[in-house]
Amino acid sequence: MTNSRKNRLKDMGFEYLGVACTLFGLVVLAIFIGDILADGFSRIDWDFLKSLPSRKPEKAGIFTAWTGSLWILVFTTIIAFPLAVSAGIYLEEYGGNGRWSSLLEINISNLAGVPSIIYGLLGLEIFVRIFKMGNSVLAGAFALALLILPIIIVATREAIRTVPPSIRAASYALGATKWQTIWNHVLPASMGGIFTGVILAISRAVGETAPLIIVGALAYVPFAPSSPMDEFTVMPIQIFNWVSRPQHGFTVNAAAAIIILLLITFVMNGIAVYLRNKWQKKINW
Amino acid sequence: MKMDNHILESKSVNVYYDDMHALKNISMKVEPNSVTALIGPSGCGKSTFLRVFNRMNDYIEAFRMDGEVLMEGKNIYHKKMQVDELRKSIGMVFQKPNPFPKSIFENVAYGLKIQGIKDKEFIQNRVEKSLQQAALWDEVKSDLNKSALALSGGQQQRLCIARALAVEPRVLLMDEPTSALDPISTAKVEELINELKQNYTIVIVTHNMQQASRLSDYTAFFYMGDLIEFGKTEEIFRNPKLERTQNYITGRFG
Amino acid sequence: MSNKNTEKIIEWLLRLSAFVTVLTTIGIIWVLLSESVSFFQEVSIIEFLTDTQWTPLYKDKHFGIMPLVSGTLLTTFIAISVALPLGLVIAIYLSEYAPKKFRKTVKPLLEILAAVPTVVYGFFALMVVTPFLQTIIPNLSGFNALSAGIVMGIMIIPFVTSFSEDALQAVPKSLKHGAFALGSTRLQTSFRVMVPAASSGIVVSVILAFSRAIGETMIVAIAAGQQPRLTANPLVPIETITTYIVQVSLGDVPHGSLEYKTIFAAGMTLFVFTFILNNISFWIRKKFREKYD
Repeated sequence: MTNSRKNRLKDMGFEYLGVACTLFGLVVLAIFIGDILADGFSRIDWDFLKSLPSRKPEKAGIFTAWTGSLWILVFTTIIAFPLAVSAGIYLEEYGGNGRWSSLLEINISNLAGVPSIIYGLLGLEIFVRIFKMGNSVLAGAFALALLILPIIIVATREAIRTVPPSIRAASYALGATKWQTIWNHVLPASMGGIFTGVILAISRAVGETAPLIIVGALAYVPFAPSSPMDEFTVMPIQIFNWVSRPQHGFTVNAAAAIIILLLITFVMNGIAVYLRNKWQKKINW
Repeated sequence: MKMDNHILESKSVNVYYDDMHALKNISMKVEPNSVTALIGPSGCGKSTFLRVFNRMNDYIEAFRMDGEVLMEGKNIYHKKMQVDELRKSIGMVFQKPNPFPKSIFENVAYGLKIQGIKDKEFIQNRVEKSLQQAALWDEVKSDLNKSALALSGGQQQRLCIARALAVEPRVLLMDEPTSALDPISTAKVEELINELKQNYTIVIVTHNMQQASRLSDYTAFFYMGDLIEFGKTEEIFRNPKLERTQNYITGRFG
Repeated sequence: MSNKNTEKIIEWLLRLSAFVTVLTTIGIIWVLLSESVSFFQEVSIIEFLTDTQWTPLYKDKHFGIMPLVSGTLLTTFIAISVALPLGLVIAIYLSEYAPKKFRKTVKPLLEILAAVPTVVYGFFALMVVTPFLQTIIPNLSGFNALSAGIVMGIMIIPFVTSFSEDALQAVPKSLKHGAFALGSTRLQTSFRVMVPAASSGIVVSVILAFSRAIGETMIVAIAAGQQPRLTANPLVPIETITTYIVQVSLGDVPHGSLEYKTIFAAGMTLFVFTFILNNISFWIRKKFREKYD
């Protein structure tokens, strides 16, 4: 066999390898999802969604978990959204290119790479103890908000960057101030991108477990929160708790709860992707 | 009847980029051991035509072609034609020098190594020979391990020529090889081309008419996808048959 | 009506928001440092770094961080040895071989791998992968580094792929064409020209994947075990730094106690690792950014 022929065969071989590897990850994911559907789908019914946790797996439900997740979701968004978007606006519109600005950027990059469990430790000392929030929804929300801040900041900056300078120029030429320009022109134009970033960030927050465990979200909480200072639990922690129990009934519960969690995650990601596509098509300056 | 001695030939070649008819019915023959210049204003299709011969248009998604392209009588667009083999007999030098981010030696040796040649001595000799042919040897022989990117633009282009010559192709396709170079480097490369034509067949695209008239034996004038005129360079430049050719050559347009 | 003062106030409010990120960093460092310093007043740093046992919650207390570090590194290495070859091959295939449509469809699908919550991956590692591996490796224990590492690796594939693919796409096409014009196959062009040219981006993707794996918590907490052990054996239970922190948090450890402070010392170790890795990757990205200008 000539060298050329050998090379061509190797080339074709790699092509097959490439397809195989690409499909491998997706196939494995499909197997995983198939498995939990098989394990947990039958467990899902209204009782499951409405019941409180219990020592008996057949009676246990995810009511406190998903309400807890909802509370966390809402408060994390309330805290993170204005902070992150403001920070993003500042960096993009007022920041300039000085040393201070690049330091801020480096810092945000670093924060994005800090493991989420560290944010839990931060939340434990600062919000739970020093600010005396206790093991409350608020403490958890603050910890998660700081965690997802970099994600929303980056999304905000990228969204603002796509607004062409001509729009700003037109606004300034009519005598508008910087903030008027931002509020009336730049922000509305970037909202699509910002929302996409926020939804992705929140979707990430909903799936976070470690920081909330550290902050003290308990595994066995027999009531849904009725105020932000209440103790709480969330879906991932409930799943974690059930997975750690040996009884098969709890494994089934965990699988069922995972299905719900994945549904929420995929729906949110799907909305974000849909928004991103819609927004990108709209921007045809 | 004389044997058909043409090393490259196109027969009624039409090239389309989606709906755009980029080359219209081009029939042309390239003589061995000669320099053939392809001239014409920007966008006339000369670079596209050049790339037809080593099938580099294959990487452009919208590319379609009909007609025949022959190398030594064999259709190079035939289904069974192996493109990587073809390119070992037809080398190409690009408009902007594109050395690999490797050492000078590794750049020139690349074409040999991918053919599976492992004999160190053979490779070293061939590298030296190619660098000499490209008139670069004296300038780089002291340190062949230096990065190719450290060379000047003109040196990089000569390195790319050496790299193409190392596999000993029969034909060298050159797409405006001096347009990105300064005048001194340009002169060196032109001198090089003059010497190379003794052993190689060269097809060169150029927008510089003086270069075409200096270097080439044959000239093809393209305009808006058509081959307007083709013939011996002296005739094209002194006695063009068509007015359009005359106008282009005298600089009335283009 | 807007006037200069309003504008100034607004600018300051925005600036403050941006400053929160700085406060966050300061907060993290202060929290970890202060508790760690307090910890090291009771436990010598030498012992921390050299003792081969980690038993702060037992009667016979040892405070050597090495078992936790080795657990973390073991699972990380397994994860990288899955994610790197797969991720790189996929990146090369998508960048150099795949038809546009395939690429467009597959890329978002791969991103799904990154979007799945890690607690779900932990479930899979414990309930699907471990039992499956036990059929091939009979003496694999129920909690082990191998399953957790493999699943972590799968989760990390999109990181490696997306960074590496970007790096490959950033290589000027002229280099690719130069290689093709010399008669290279796609395989030769990819490995001899494209990958070396994109090497800095690919290295960055590996470092970031490494950093991500080191900081991962739930997959290892669920599937890798809670037995701190200085070992390179992937078949036995181990404990990672992150699992330990979770373990303590789930228990009743009084604030201010030495055991409480151990989670911050452990957290500090983790933070130092990831901080160094992230900054190395940042430095590499900066240094090689102007390569082709």
